[in-house]
Amino acid sequence: MTEEQSARKEPAVITVKPEWCKGCGICVAFCPKDVLEMEGGTAKVLRPDDCIKCMLCELRCPDFAITVE
Amino acid sequence: MFNYLEYIRESNFPHIWCAGCGDGIILKALIRAIDKLGMSRDESVMVSGIGCSSRTPGYMDINTLHTTHGRALPFATGVKLANPDLKVIVITGDGDATAIGGNHFIHAARRNIDLTVLLYNNYIYGMTGGQCSPMTPVGSKASTAQHGNLEPSFNTSGLAIAAGASFVARTDVYHVQQCEKFISKALQKKGFSLVEIMTPCPTAYGRRNKMANPVTMMEWLKDNMVPVAKYDKMTDQEREGKVSAGILCDIDKAEFTAEYDKLIKKVRTE
Ligand SMILES: Cc1ncc(C[n+]2csc(CCOP(=O)(O)OP(=O)(O)O)c2C)c(N)n1
Ligand code: SF4
Ligand code: SF4
Ligand code: SF4
Repeated sequence: MTEEQSARKEPAVITVKPEWCKGCGICVAFCPKDVLEMEGGTAKVLRPDDCIKCMLCELRCPDFAITVE
Repeated sequence: MFNYLEYIRESNFPHIWCAGCGDGIILKALIRAIDKLGMSRDESVMVSGIGCSSRTPGYMDINTLHTTHGRALPFATGVKLANPDLKVIVITGDGDATAIGGNHFIHAARRNIDLTVLLYNNYIYGMTGGQCSPMTPVGSKASTAQHGNLEPSFNTSGLAIAAGASFVARTDVYHVQQCEKFISKALQKKGFSLVEIMTPCPTAYGRRNKMANPVTMMEWLKDNMVPVAKYDKMTDQEREGKVSAGILCDIDKAEFTAEYDKLIKKVRTE
Protein backbone atom coordinates (compact mmCIF):
# COMPACT_ATOMS: atom_id res chain seq x y z
CA MET A 1 0.00 0.00 0.00
CA THR A 2 1.38 3.42 -0.89
CA GLU A 3 1.56 6.14 1.73
CA GLU A 4 -1.29 7.96 0.03
CA GLN A 5 -3.51 4.87 0.01
CA SER A 6 -2.95 4.20 3.68
CA ALA A 7 -3.63 7.88 4.50
CA ARG A 8 -6.94 7.51 2.72
CA LYS A 9 -7.83 4.51 4.85
CA GLU A 10 -7.39 6.45 8.10
CA PRO A 11 -10.71 7.84 9.33
CA ALA A 12 -11.24 11.40 8.14
CA VAL A 13 -10.99 14.30 10.55
CA ILE A 14 -13.28 16.99 9.18
CA THR A 15 -13.27 20.32 10.96
CA VAL A 16 -15.60 23.29 10.45
CA LYS A 17 -14.56 26.62 11.88
CA PRO A 18 -17.93 28.06 12.96
CA GLU A 19 -16.56 31.64 13.29
CA TRP A 20 -15.65 31.65 9.58
CA CYS A 21 -18.42 29.47 8.08
CA LYS A 22 -21.10 31.68 6.49
CA GLY A 23 -23.52 28.84 5.90
CA CYS A 24 -23.53 28.97 2.10
CA GLY A 25 -24.26 25.23 1.90
CA ILE A 26 -21.81 24.55 -0.96
CA CYS A 27 -19.85 21.89 0.94
CA VAL A 28 -23.06 20.12 1.96
CA ALA A 29 -24.63 20.19 -1.52
CA PHE A 30 -21.66 18.80 -3.43
CA CYS A 31 -20.28 16.21 -1.00
CA PRO A 32 -20.53 12.96 -2.97
CA LYS A 33 -21.05 10.92 0.22
CA ASP A 34 -23.57 13.05 2.11
CA VAL A 35 -21.23 13.47 5.05
CA LEU A 36 -22.28 17.01 5.92
CA GLU A 37 -25.50 18.82 6.81
CA MET A 38 -26.53 22.38 7.54
CA GLU A 39 -27.55 22.96 11.13
CA GLY A 40 -28.24 26.29 12.76
CA GLY A 41 -26.71 28.23 9.85
CA THR A 42 -23.36 26.43 9.69
CA ALA A 43 -22.08 23.20 8.20
CA LYS A 44 -21.99 20.21 10.57
CA VAL A 45 -20.13 16.92 10.14
CA LEU A 46 -22.69 14.16 10.65
CA ARG A 47 -21.25 11.04 9.01
CA PRO A 48 -17.43 11.32 9.02
CA ASP A 49 -17.04 7.56 8.56
CA ASP A 50 -18.54 7.84 5.07
CA CYS A 51 -15.97 10.43 3.96
CA ILE A 52 -13.74 9.34 1.06
CA LYS A 53 -11.40 12.34 1.46
CA CYS A 54 -12.11 13.63 -2.03
CA MET A 55 -11.32 17.07 -0.57
CA LEU A 56 -14.00 18.77 -2.67
CA CYS A 57 -15.66 20.40 0.34
CA GLU A 58 -12.36 21.93 1.39
CA LEU A 59 -11.50 23.01 -2.17
CA ARG A 60 -14.86 24.67 -2.78
CA CYS A 61 -15.46 26.34 0.57
CA PRO A 62 -15.23 30.08 -0.18
CA ASP A 63 -14.58 30.91 3.47
CA PHE A 64 -11.55 28.76 4.39
CA ALA A 65 -13.89 27.24 6.98
CA ILE A 66 -13.77 23.47 6.40
CA THR A 67 -10.72 21.20 6.41
CA VAL A 68 -10.29 17.47 5.85
CA GLU A 69 -7.38 15.51 7.28
CA MET B 1 -5.60 19.50 4.27
CA PHE B 2 -3.87 22.46 2.71
CA ASN B 3 -2.48 25.05 5.12
CA TYR B 4 -3.76 28.37 3.77
CA LEU B 5 -3.02 30.23 6.98
CA GLU B 6 0.60 30.66 5.99
CA TYR B 7 -0.49 32.68 2.96
CA ILE B 8 -3.28 34.87 4.30
CA ARG B 9 -3.56 37.97 6.45
CA GLU B 10 -5.51 36.14 9.09
CA SER B 11 -6.44 39.26 11.02
CA ASN B 12 -8.62 40.30 8.04
CA PHE B 13 -10.70 37.11 8.35
CA PRO B 14 -13.52 36.18 8.18
CA HIS B 15 -13.39 37.97 4.84
CA ILE B 16 -15.95 40.55 3.74
CA TRP B 17 -17.38 38.55 0.80
CA CYS B 18 -21.00 37.37 1.05
CA ALA B 19 -21.99 33.79 1.86
CA GLY B 20 -21.42 31.73 -1.27
CA CYS B 21 -19.48 34.41 -3.16
CA GLY B 22 -17.04 32.55 -5.39
CA ASP B 23 -14.20 35.01 -4.89
CA GLY B 24 -12.85 33.10 -1.87
CA ILE B 25 -12.70 29.91 -3.96
CA ILE B 26 -10.48 31.69 -6.50
CA LEU B 27 -8.23 33.11 -3.78
CA LYS B 28 -7.70 29.59 -2.45
CA ALA B 29 -6.95 28.20 -5.92
CA LEU B 30 -4.41 30.97 -6.47
CA ILE B 31 -2.74 30.24 -3.13
CA ARG B 32 -2.43 26.55 -3.97
CA ALA B 33 -1.01 27.34 -7.41
CA ILE B 34 1.59 29.71 -5.92
CA ASP B 35 2.50 27.15 -3.26
CA LYS B 36 2.87 24.24 -5.69
CA LEU B 37 5.02 26.30 -8.04
CA GLY B 38 7.24 27.26 -5.10
CA MET B 39 6.97 30.92 -6.13
CA SER B 40 8.76 33.47 -3.99
CA ARG B 41 6.26 35.84 -2.42
CA ASP B 42 8.99 38.43 -1.97
CA GLU B 43 9.43 38.47 -5.74
CA SER B 44 5.70 38.66 -6.46
CA VAL B 45 3.23 41.53 -6.48
CA MET B 46 -0.55 41.41 -6.62
CA VAL B 47 -2.29 44.43 -8.13
CA SER B 48 -6.04 45.05 -8.19
CA GLY B 49 -8.53 47.73 -9.17
CA ILE B 50 -11.79 48.34 -7.32
CA GLY B 51 -14.65 45.92 -6.76
CA CYS B 52 -15.44 42.95 -4.55
CA SER B 53 -13.03 40.87 -6.63
CA SER B 54 -10.35 43.54 -6.28
CA ARG B 55 -10.36 43.05 -2.52
CA THR B 56 -8.53 39.74 -3.04
CA PRO B 57 -4.96 41.05 -2.56
CA GLY B 58 -5.90 42.49 0.85
CA TYR B 59 -6.37 38.95 2.12
CA MET B 60 -3.01 37.66 0.95
CA ASP B 61 0.30 37.89 2.72
CA ILE B 62 2.26 39.05 -0.33
CA ASN B 63 3.26 42.43 -1.82
CA THR B 64 -0.01 44.11 -2.74
CA LEU B 65 -1.25 47.19 -4.52
CA HIS B 66 -4.96 48.10 -4.35
CA THR B 67 -5.36 50.83 -6.95
CA THR B 68 -8.26 52.72 -8.56
CA HIS B 69 -11.23 51.43 -10.52
CA GLY B 70 -10.20 50.08 -13.91
CA ARG B 71 -6.53 51.00 -13.50
CA ALA B 72 -4.97 47.81 -12.14
CA LEU B 73 -3.31 47.11 -15.50
CA PRO B 74 -1.58 50.51 -15.87
CA PHE B 75 -0.23 50.22 -12.30
CA ALA B 76 0.85 46.63 -12.95
CA THR B 77 2.51 47.68 -16.22
CA GLY B 78 4.52 50.26 -14.28
CA VAL B 79 5.55 47.76 -11.62
CA LYS B 80 6.60 45.21 -14.21
CA LEU B 81 8.57 47.68 -16.32
CA ALA B 82 10.35 49.10 -13.29
CA ASN B 83 11.38 45.63 -12.17
CA PRO B 84 10.83 42.95 -14.83
CA ASP B 85 12.08 40.25 -12.48
CA LEU B 86 8.93 40.54 -10.40
CA LYS B 87 6.01 38.19 -10.97
CA VAL B 88 3.00 40.49 -11.31
CA ILE B 89 -0.52 39.15 -10.75
CA VAL B 90 -3.49 41.34 -11.61
CA ILE B 91 -6.91 40.81 -10.02
CA THR B 92 -9.82 42.47 -11.79
CA GLY B 93 -13.61 42.17 -12.14
CA ASP B 94 -15.70 42.10 -15.31
CA GLY B 95 -16.64 45.73 -14.69
CA ASP B 96 -13.15 46.78 -13.69
CA ALA B 97 -11.52 45.12 -16.72
CA THR B 98 -14.03 45.70 -19.49
CA ALA B 99 -16.01 48.85 -18.63
CA ILE B 100 -13.90 51.59 -17.07
CA GLY B 101 -10.69 49.64 -17.71
CA GLY B 102 -11.56 48.32 -21.17
CA ASN B 103 -9.00 50.37 -23.04
CA HIS B 104 -6.20 49.46 -20.65
CA PHE B 105 -7.18 45.83 -21.03
CA ILE B 106 -6.89 45.65 -24.82
CA HIS B 107 -3.64 47.61 -24.87
CA ALA B 108 -1.97 45.51 -22.18
CA ALA B 109 -2.91 42.43 -24.22
CA ARG B 110 -1.68 44.09 -27.42
CA ARG B 111 1.71 44.82 -25.84
CA ASN B 112 1.88 41.25 -24.62
CA ILE B 113 3.42 42.40 -21.38
CA ASP B 114 4.23 39.60 -18.94
CA LEU B 115 1.32 39.90 -16.48
CA THR B 116 -0.92 37.18 -15.08
CA VAL B 117 -4.46 38.52 -15.11
CA LEU B 118 -7.25 36.80 -13.18
CA LEU B 119 -10.55 38.23 -14.35
CA TYR B 120 -13.35 37.33 -11.95
CA ASN B 121 -16.44 37.24 -14.16
CA ASN B 122 -19.58 37.39 -12.01
CA TYR B 123 -21.62 39.06 -14.80
CA ILE B 124 -22.29 42.16 -12.68
CA TYR B 125 -21.01 45.12 -10.68
CA GLY B 126 -21.13 43.34 -7.33
CA MET B 127 -19.68 45.96 -5.04
CA THR B 128 -22.00 48.78 -6.07
CA GLY B 129 -25.20 46.74 -5.91
CA GLY B 130 -25.75 45.02 -9.22
CA GLN B 131 -25.49 47.35 -12.19
CA CYS B 132 -24.90 45.82 -15.64
CA SER B 133 -21.32 45.35 -16.75
CA PRO B 134 -20.23 44.87 -20.37
CA MET B 135 -20.21 41.14 -19.58
CA THR B 136 -23.79 40.84 -18.29
CA PRO B 137 -25.61 38.37 -20.57
CA VAL B 138 -28.51 39.54 -22.73
CA GLY B 139 -31.77 39.03 -20.86
CA SER B 140 -30.21 39.01 -17.37
CA LYS B 141 -31.69 41.36 -14.82
CA ALA B 142 -29.65 44.03 -13.09
CA SER B 143 -30.41 47.15 -11.08
CA THR B 144 -29.85 49.07 -14.33
CA ALA B 145 -31.81 46.50 -16.40
CA GLN B 146 -34.94 45.78 -14.39
CA HIS B 147 -36.66 44.17 -17.37
CA GLY B 148 -33.62 42.36 -18.70
CA ASN B 149 -30.39 43.51 -20.32
CA LEU B 150 -30.58 44.40 -24.01
CA GLU B 151 -26.88 44.92 -24.71
CA PRO B 152 -24.85 42.04 -26.13
CA SER B 153 -21.90 41.23 -23.89
CA PHE B 154 -18.21 41.18 -24.65
CA ASN B 155 -16.53 37.87 -25.28
CA THR B 156 -13.61 39.14 -23.24
CA SER B 157 -11.40 36.11 -23.72
CA GLY B 158 -11.92 36.48 -27.48
CA LEU B 159 -11.10 40.16 -27.18
CA ALA B 160 -7.82 39.38 -25.40
CA ILE B 161 -6.85 36.85 -28.07
CA ALA B 162 -7.65 39.27 -30.88
CA ALA B 163 -5.70 42.03 -29.14
CA GLY B 164 -2.55 39.90 -28.83
CA ALA B 165 -2.46 37.98 -25.54
CA SER B 166 -0.21 34.91 -25.42
CA PHE B 167 -2.29 32.80 -23.01
CA VAL B 168 -6.05 32.86 -22.53
CA ALA B 169 -8.18 30.36 -20.63
CA ARG B 170 -11.70 30.28 -19.25
CA THR B 171 -12.77 28.30 -16.21
CA ASP B 172 -15.06 28.53 -13.19
CA VAL B 173 -15.14 27.93 -9.45
CA TYR B 174 -17.29 24.80 -9.55
CA HIS B 175 -14.57 23.07 -11.59
CA VAL B 176 -12.11 24.08 -8.94
CA GLN B 177 -9.23 21.79 -9.90
CA GLN B 178 -9.32 23.07 -13.48
CA CYS B 179 -9.38 26.60 -12.09
CA GLU B 180 -6.18 25.98 -10.12
CA LYS B 181 -4.53 24.29 -13.12
CA PHE B 182 -5.21 27.20 -15.47
CA ILE B 183 -4.03 29.75 -12.90
CA SER B 184 -0.84 27.74 -12.55
CA LYS B 185 -0.33 27.63 -16.33
CA ALA B 186 -0.94 31.37 -16.60
CA LEU B 187 1.58 32.05 -13.85
CA GLN B 188 4.20 30.06 -15.74
CA LYS B 189 3.58 31.70 -19.11
CA LYS B 190 5.79 34.56 -20.26
CA GLY B 191 3.52 37.18 -21.79
CA PHE B 192 0.05 38.57 -21.20
CA SER B 193 -1.87 35.69 -19.63
CA LEU B 194 -5.55 35.91 -18.90
CA VAL B 195 -7.66 33.48 -16.92
CA GLU B 196 -11.33 34.41 -17.06
CA ILE B 197 -12.94 32.76 -14.04
CA MET B 198 -16.71 32.46 -13.82
CA THR B 199 -17.66 33.08 -10.22
CA PRO B 200 -21.05 33.40 -8.51
CA CYS B 201 -22.32 36.64 -7.06
CA PRO B 202 -25.48 35.39 -5.35
CA THR B 203 -26.18 38.79 -3.81
CA ALA B 204 -26.14 41.25 -6.70
CA TYR B 205 -26.66 38.87 -9.65
CA GLY B 206 -28.22 35.70 -8.27
CA ARG B 207 -31.03 37.35 -6.34
CA ARG B 208 -32.28 39.10 -9.46
CA ASN B 209 -31.89 36.08 -11.71
CA LYS B 210 -33.60 33.27 -9.80
CA MET B 211 -30.31 32.06 -8.30
CA ALA B 212 -30.31 33.64 -4.86
CA ASN B 213 -29.03 30.42 -3.31
CA PRO B 214 -25.25 30.02 -3.79
CA VAL B 215 -25.75 26.30 -4.40
CA THR B 216 -28.05 27.09 -7.35
CA MET B 217 -25.33 29.31 -8.80
CA MET B 218 -22.75 26.54 -8.44
CA GLU B 219 -25.16 24.11 -10.09
CA TRP B 220 -25.52 26.56 -12.97
CA LEU B 221 -21.76 26.44 -13.47
CA LYS B 222 -21.76 22.66 -13.23
CA ASP B 223 -24.45 22.37 -15.90
CA ASN B 224 -23.47 25.14 -18.29
CA MET B 225 -19.68 25.26 -18.54
CA VAL B 226 -18.80 23.16 -21.58
CA PRO B 227 -15.30 21.98 -22.58
CA VAL B 228 -14.20 24.07 -25.55
CA ALA B 229 -13.65 21.07 -27.87
CA LYS B 230 -17.28 20.08 -27.37
CA TYR B 231 -18.52 23.67 -27.56
CA ASP B 232 -16.82 24.16 -30.94
CA LYS B 233 -18.86 21.30 -32.40
CA MET B 234 -22.20 22.57 -31.07
CA THR B 235 -24.81 24.38 -33.17
CA ASP B 236 -25.73 27.98 -32.33
CA GLN B 237 -28.95 26.68 -30.81
CA GLU B 238 -27.12 24.20 -28.57
CA ARG B 239 -24.74 26.95 -27.46
CA GLU B 240 -27.60 29.04 -26.12
CA GLY B 241 -26.88 29.75 -22.44
CA LYS B 242 -23.67 27.68 -22.45
CA VAL B 243 -20.15 28.98 -21.80
CA SER B 244 -17.00 27.35 -23.20
CA ALA B 245 -14.24 26.39 -20.79
CA GLY B 246 -10.66 25.48 -21.53
CA ILE B 247 -7.40 26.86 -22.84
CA LEU B 248 -8.41 29.13 -25.70
CA CYS B 249 -4.99 30.40 -26.72
CA ASP B 250 -1.41 29.44 -25.81
CA ILE B 251 1.27 30.85 -28.09
CA ASP B 252 4.84 32.03 -27.75
CA LYS B 253 5.59 35.50 -29.04
CA ALA B 254 7.66 38.59 -28.30
CA GLU B 255 7.06 39.88 -24.78
CA PHE B 256 7.17 43.59 -24.04
CA THR B 257 9.61 43.83 -21.11
CA ALA B 258 12.07 41.51 -22.87
CA GLU B 259 11.89 43.64 -26.02
CA TYR B 260 12.30 46.77 -23.92
CA ASP B 261 15.38 45.29 -22.30
CA LYS B 262 16.86 44.49 -25.71
CA LEU B 263 16.21 48.03 -26.84
CA ILE B 264 17.98 49.48 -23.79
CA LYS B 265 21.02 47.29 -24.47
CA LYS B 266 21.05 48.23 -28.13
CA VAL B 267 20.79 51.97 -27.49
CA ARG B 268 23.55 51.79 -24.84
CA THR B 269 25.99 50.11 -27.21
CA GLU B 270 25.30 52.46 -30.10
C1 LIG C 1 -13.72 55.99 -10.96
C2 LIG C 1 -14.74 55.15 -10.27
N1 LIG C 1 -15.95 54.98 -10.85
C3 LIG C 1 -16.87 54.21 -10.25
C4 LIG C 1 -16.61 53.61 -9.06
C5 LIG C 1 -17.67 52.78 -8.38
N2 LIG C 1 -17.43 51.36 -8.49
C6 LIG C 1 -16.80 50.69 -7.51
S1 LIG C 1 -16.65 49.05 -7.83
C7 LIG C 1 -17.49 49.23 -9.30
C8 LIG C 1 -17.80 48.06 -10.18
C9 LIG C 1 -17.33 46.76 -9.68
O1 LIG C 1 -17.67 45.74 -10.56
P1 LIG C 1 -16.64 44.65 -10.98
O2 LIG C 1 -15.38 45.25 -11.44
O3 LIG C 1 -17.32 43.72 -11.92
O4 LIG C 1 -16.27 43.92 -9.61
P2 LIG C 1 -17.15 43.06 -8.59
O5 LIG C 1 -17.52 43.99 -7.48
O6 LIG C 1 -18.32 42.51 -9.30
O7 LIG C 1 -16.20 42.00 -8.16
C10 LIG C 1 -17.85 50.56 -9.51
C11 LIG C 1 -18.59 51.04 -10.68
C12 LIG C 1 -15.33 53.80 -8.48
N3 LIG C 1 -14.98 53.22 -7.34
N4 LIG C 1 -14.42 54.58 -9.11
S1 SF4 D 1 -13.78 15.15 1.62
FE1 SF4 D 1 -15.31 14.63 0.07
S2 SF4 D 1 -16.44 12.94 0.98
FE2 SF4 D 1 -15.33 13.89 2.65
S3 SF4 D 1 -16.75 15.37 3.53
FE3 SF4 D 1 -15.54 16.47 2.00
S4 SF4 D 1 -16.73 16.37 0.11
FE4 SF4 D 1 -17.54 14.81 1.51
S1 SF4 E 1 -18.71 25.74 2.13
FE1 SF4 E 1 -17.63 26.68 3.88
S2 SF4 E 1 -18.77 28.53 4.37
FE2 SF4 E 1 -20.09 27.26 3.06
S3 SF4 E 1 -21.32 26.07 4.51
FE3 SF4 E 1 -19.54 24.82 4.01
S4 SF4 E 1 -18.01 25.30 5.59
FE4 SF4 E 1 -19.58 26.90 5.68
S1 SF4 F 1 -21.83 41.43 -3.71
FE1 SF4 F 1 -21.48 39.67 -5.01
S2 SF4 F 1 -19.32 39.82 -5.65
FE2 SF4 F 1 -19.62 41.18 -3.88
S3 SF4 F 1 -19.04 39.93 -2.10
FE3 SF4 F 1 -21.26 39.75 -2.36
S4 SF4 F 1 -21.53 37.92 -3.62
FE4 SF4 F 1 -19.37 38.55 -3.83
